Amino acid sequence: MNMMSEAAVEKALDQKMNTVPFKMIGKDVSVYYGEKRALFDVNLNVRENTVTALIGPSGCGKSTFLRTLNRMNDTIDSCRVTGKITLDDGDIYDPSIDVVELRARVGMVFQKPNPFPKSIYENVTYGPKIHGLARTKAELDQIVESSLQKAGLWNEVKDRLHESGTGLSGGQQQRLCIARAVAVSPEVILMDEPCSALDPIATAKVEELIHELRTNFTIVIVTHSMQQAARVSQRTAMFHLGNLVEENDTDKMFTNPDDQRTQDYIMGRFG
Amino acid sequence: MTDMTSSVQSTFQRPAQARRDIGIKKRYAAERRFKAYGVTAILIGLFFLFVLLWTVVSKGYTAFQQTAITLPIEFSEQIIDPKNERAANPAKLMSANYPLLVRDALVKALAIDPNNKALVKKATDMVSPSARTQLRDLVVANPAIIGTTADVALLAEGNIDSANKGQIDLTVAEANRKVNDQQLGWMKTLTESGAMAKQFNTGLFTYGASSRPEAAGIGVAALGSFYMMLIVLVLALPIGVCASIYLEEFAPKNRLTDLIEVNINNLAAVPSIVYGLLGLSIFINFAGMPRSAALVGGLVLTLMTLPTIIIATRAALKAVPPSIRAAALGLGASKMQTIFHHVLPLAMPGVLTGTIIGLAHALGETAPLLLIGMVAFVVDYPGTPMDPSTALPVQIYMWANEAERAFVERTSGAIMVLLIFLVVMNLGAILLRRRFERRW
Repeated sequence: MNMMSEAAVEKALDQKMNTVPFKMIGKDVSVYYGEKRALFDVNLNVRENTVTALIGPSGCGKSTFLRTLNRMNDTIDSCRVTGKITLDDGDIYDPSIDVVELRARVGMVFQKPNPFPKSIYENVTYGPKIHGLARTKAELDQIVESSLQKAGLWNEVKDRLHESGTGLSGGQQQRLCIARAVAVSPEVILMDEPCSALDPIATAKVEELIHELRTNFTIVIVTHSMQQAARVSQRTAMFHLGNLVEENDTDKMFTNPDDQRTQDYIMGRFG
Repeated sequence: MTDMTSSVQSTFQRPAQARRDIGIKKRYAAERRFKAYGVTAILIGLFFLFVLLWTVVSKGYTAFQQTAITLPIEFSEQIIDPKNERAANPAKLMSANYPLLVRDALVKALAIDPNNKALVKKATDMVSPSARTQLRDLVVANPAIIGTTADVALLAEGNIDSANKGQIDLTVAEANRKVNDQQLGWMKTLTESGAMAKQFNTGLFTYGASSRPEAAGIGVAALGSFYMMLIVLVLALPIGVCASIYLEEFAPKNRLTDLIEVNINNLAAVPSIVYGLLGLSIFINFAGMPRSAALVGGLVLTLMTLPTIIIATRAALKAVPPSIRAAALGLGASKMQTIFHHVLPLAMPGVLTGTIIGLAHALGETAPLLLIGMVAFVVDYPGTPMDPSTALPVQIYMWANEAERAFVERTSGAIMVLLIFLVVMNLGAILLRRRFERRW
């Protein structure tokens, strides 16, 4: 209860979202899976150090849009993306851009907790190792501690860093995945329904974490839970049938949306 | 609460209840029937397995024992080296008349008149002709033995060995028997004096091919099989794993890769003798490699094992959850890093299991080896894979064609050895799978 009211206070302070600069800009983004078109000319911008929630009924293209932001769609053979997406003014689909570097700057957390079947320590150090972020064991230890602390997991696992990451509970696993993403020091973190496999207590912990991460990272989160969008985000975008219906400050979105479809969806009339 | 339920039930009871009973009975009966079929199938399988093992073991266990006759052999200088030339010409020792030493020892031990040629012949027939090489090797290894007398355990001749194991029917008339009454009498004397005894048949594991069963062993064939397994492992594992990784992870999914996949599955089902023909025409006729060489056998078996390994590896790669790939890619790992750091280690138990099963399959393969000339009478150990050699299953095949009674038990004995190898390999596969199985 206390946490909720704090969030409400901060949201009141964030009323003027319009002044926050853009971190990522999506212009006329369309995605095709073979012949099928999944996204129709979406224009959606992500603001810096803001939590942007993507909502909408299943199959509306919100996950597809999220995955275009770090080019995870590249792994699907038939997938084709048109339009332009920039990260700090650099086109991320430019042929000169290395997808490895892009994914180091735009990290991702998935729907189902997917720690590597290795130790907690190795889970966190894998990213820094392949990106050459640490030279010595001491530096790695430092990264592990700070990442796990940022993910609010340090106190729970500091005595068993070398036990398997898959032995943790679901909520702990998801926070380990967040720590793993944070360890690479990305600028943007994408979260694809990060709480859908978690119980309410674990969900509350992850939501609290998202709230804290916002100070250091730009976060885009896909969620099916309207309450979650309202709780964690400052900006909300509503997708429907591959189109962006409306994008607005979260408060406005949930009290007085501009579009009738948003109103209907939030009221539970479809979806 | 109770009242309410019962009143609801009573309203709907009759029609619904009647129908449900019939359905449940039928379903349970079907389930019981199916279980019975399953148990029957397994029992039939177990029965045949038991019959197979019983046949092999009951026929073959005696092959691990061999009758030996221990005689005090007098290494007489008069017979071995009458002109004392061995210092100048050591080759003289190679061609000395060693059987004479055996004859003299037998004559003395059995107290036979040395001039009774027929009787002496009967006595010397009891000792394997391989005694000649046995004594020769002793003398060549240690020339100082000349002039002394030493107890030497000589191999009994195959039929004597069989008779000693009770495998020869003594009710048959003496003229039609391989062992005559005189020899049986001597056997009794020798056994009573402790000179004739059964000992563990180390020769079965160390000797090469021989037309005399007592001097025949699987040592040479086992070495040939070992060379081939080594070649298969060194070639098929890396080629198979690389091919599967490429096909599974990198290759575009189109008609060509579909065609390749269908062909790999077909190749796994191609009769093995076809691989023998392929090896004959490519490796021997075209590339000019030596016949009967373990190298060619290994190459042919590699071709035969590849599809098995590729299919197993691809299945293991497919079984790695996509979430692991997504996690690695999402962290900025390249495709190579994702595969070699995460996917392949997780797939490794499956890969190893497939490889071991492929190897076990190759170890037991006979048909393709017949075509590339590995069905050969090889006495000496092959020094390299290029030398003529044979393989365990081929050795079994050749022994199975021999007429002597003693070869029958050796055939079964060799089958037991081969089966033990296969069981050990398959057990290894199971243990590896257990050991490396991971949860995610």
